[in-house]
Amino acid sequence: MEATLSRTPLFARHVALGARMVPFAGYEMPVQYEGVIAEHRAVRADCGAFDVSHMGELHVDGPTAEAFLQQMLSNDLGKVADGEAQYTLLTNQHGGIVDDLIAYRLGHGQYLLVVNASNRETVYGWLKEREPRGCEVRDTSDEYGLIAVQGPRSLDRLGLPEGAAFTHAMGELDGIEVMIGRTGYTGETGVELCCAEEDARTLWDSVIARGAVPCGLGARDTLRLEVCYPLHGNDITPDTDAISAGLGWACALDTKFTGAAALRQIRADGPARRLVPFVMEEKAVPRHGMPIGGGGEVTSGTHSPMLDRGIGMGYVPSGSASRDSELTIDVRGKPRRARVVRKPIYPQGEVS
Amino acid sequence: MPAAESYPDDLKYHPEHDWARIEGDEATLGVTWFAQDALGELVHYEAPAVGSTVAKDESYGEVESVKAVSDLVSPLSGEVLEANQKTVDEPETVNEDPYGEGWLIRVHMSDPAEVETLMDAEAYRAHVAEQ
Repeated sequence: MEATLSRTPLFARHVALGARMVPFAGYEMPVQYEGVIAEHRAVRADCGAFDVSHMGELHVDGPTAEAFLQQMLSNDLGKVADGEAQYTLLTNQHGGIVDDLIAYRLGHGQYLLVVNASNRETVYGWLKEREPRGCEVRDTSDEYGLIAVQGPRSLDRLGLPEGAAFTHAMGELDGIEVMIGRTGYTGETGVELCCAEEDARTLWDSVIARGAVPCGLGARDTLRLEVCYPLHGNDITPDTDAISAGLGWACALDTKFTGAAALRQIRADGPARRLVPFVMEEKAVPRHGMPIGGGGEVTSGTHSPMLDRGIGMGYVPSGSASRDSELTIDVRGKPRRARVVRKPIYPQGEVS
Repeated sequence: MPAAESYPDDLKYHPEHDWARIEGDEATLGVTWFAQDALGELVHYEAPAVGSTVAKDESYGEVESVKAVSDLVSPLSGEVLEANQKTVDEPETVNEDPYGEGWLIRVHMSDPAEVETLMDAEAYRAHVAEQ
């Protein structure tokens, strides 16, 4: 029997907008409204809004919170001041990635972790089990709505000033109290607006009235893949380590977080395989799980609306991981040529 | 712009959401409005080679949207006379005009009696209503 799906506070809004709803991470979520490609282009050229209320929010508070999280998370939390945020990984002792997340420092000894919806319970359980004296981990996911507003005109449309990436502040939008985070998953300028659950519908209506185009999970996936942001569960998992995944930049290997020793070893030895971005040289759409010639595998693949060709990421032997290396993707039995490219696959700032 | 839902009366339909337009012993094949709507905007059409044979109820190619890939099921058996280059080059044509410019292949039927096994528009509309 299938488990009952949860709904975000915006469920009725999505249905009213004619969204196609699909199950995702235990939620009924909009995969598209008008169409993936139109929504994708709206974000690259102007402004789109995504309901990301399904994501998990964990609060970690107390005098030992910083030291505890510094031990659990790969990046150097000591560099994060009040009002700042950081992309970081929850790693296991092998350096495998339990989840990737953003840690917001709300104040001294006060952190908000925004985690992947599908990993919410795992991360909460992981931290709760290890929670030291002087620190409390709470799953507050159901108390919040979260709306990402992304695109070159997003700040303009929301009437917000420019702000440095990975900062956050409390503010107000059309009378609604919101936490404005300068973060996102599209590679564009934008914000993620966190509000009280009961304000989410009003906030969504405001954002849409200001001209943001409603965007579904389909466009969220094509946008993130064009800029090579990994998707947990596809590109990174507890069985893939941070170095092979190209996320060494998010690992402060000189600190003592779980898995740091294993990751130092992998870095010293050089990883056997690496996660690389690629574009198809022939007409074909790569998909998750397709074999790559020479012993690799596609972890994410799609059709790039901006490049109008197949793109993807996958693990390949390190010898095939350098830029311009030619790859052969097994597209349902047919060999199709691809080429390793530099990140991001779609360079920003080229939107006409 | 995506087309509005329709199932023309002059076509024959296969339950896997493919249509056939019969002209003598030739047939033009494509996918129905329902199929293209379910897939979303098409971004790739893997067409069969001219001269290859297609068999009723079997796959003769693939279409892909951003999110999904779908086999093209042939409603009829025959030899491929032509694949539509416009839909190969611009697969979104299928979404815009599934029964016109967005046709997929033209075949010479090897067993025209197979046409009798296909649904008419009324039967297909009832089939779609059950989906």
